[in-house]
Amino acid sequence: MLTGEDKKLIQQIWGKLGGCEEEVGAEALWRMFHAYPPTKTYFPHFDLSQGSDQIRGHGKKVVAALGTAIKNMDNLSQALSELSNLHAYNLPVLSPVFALQFLSQCLQVVLAVRLGKEYTPEVHSAVDKFMSAVAAVLAEKYR
Amino acid sequence: MVHWSAEEKQLIASIWGKVNVEECGAEALARLLIVYPWTQRFFSNFGNLSSPTAIIGNPKVRAHGKKVLTSFGEAVKNLDNIKGTYSKLSELHCEKLHVDPENFRLLGDILVIVLASHFGRDFTPACQSAWQKLVSVVAHALARKYH
Repeated sequence: MLTGEDKKLIQQIWGKLGGCEEEVGAEALWRMFHAYPPTKTYFPHFDLSQGSDQIRGHGKKVVAALGTAIKNMDNLSQALSELSNLHAYNLPVLSPVFALQFLSQCLQVVLAVRLGKEYTPEVHSAVDKFMSAVAAVLAEKYR
Repeated sequence: MVHWSAEEKQLIASIWGKVNVEECGAEALARLLIVYPWTQRFFSNFGNLSSPTAIIGNPKVRAHGKKVLTSFGEAVKNLDNIKGTYSKLSELHCEKLHVDPENFRLLGDILVIVLASHFGRDFTPACQSAWQKLVSVVAHALARKYH
């Protein structure tokens, strides 16, 4: 469960991205497609070449959603309700509990690359817990 | 047998050549114990693991982290026979240590994040890709002799 300290660390770290959120999202997706090719199967309609507008656009959406989640960590279920519905009913993806671990790993790598030593074990722990919580909420309506 | 492209081998070797095994190993193991606290059960004789600070400063954690990553170096040196390299260690982790192989995957992912934080932009997507593949192959090899 996310402690008060975890929430504070996440908000701080997110604050450090200062305007680069879009790039972070695009890079995380690109790394995910590169390192985990099966994840590409969920985007057959996308141009998946590096720097494609669709990857940038989707990265921006993903990061915006995470930003919303971060502003509403006390009520993730409600904040992500729309997205949860979308993933469960409209997007025939593998349960986010399984699929999101790859995005989580790649997002954390991007944060670690950009933040270096500032991506401390405590921050790492908080972000990992947060991404697990997001995946759990998105998976709520699956069955 | 796992196939490694020339590029993957080069990316792995070039990163490994710059790794401080003692520091990275200690950090990776410490992070495993901090981020996934249930793993502490395998190290009950390590003394004080009561907080991130205690874990990071714990000399047994540092020493064991170094041991683990040194062993990882064997995989890097023997990319074409990782299964054989870890055969005995796999038996050990199953029969004596009783470690769920899922934990190898967790440690592998953590190692990748540690490398990312140390190497910054040099840890390119292609680098990450090669290293995710390596940690996955190692985890697989360690799980192979389980029964």
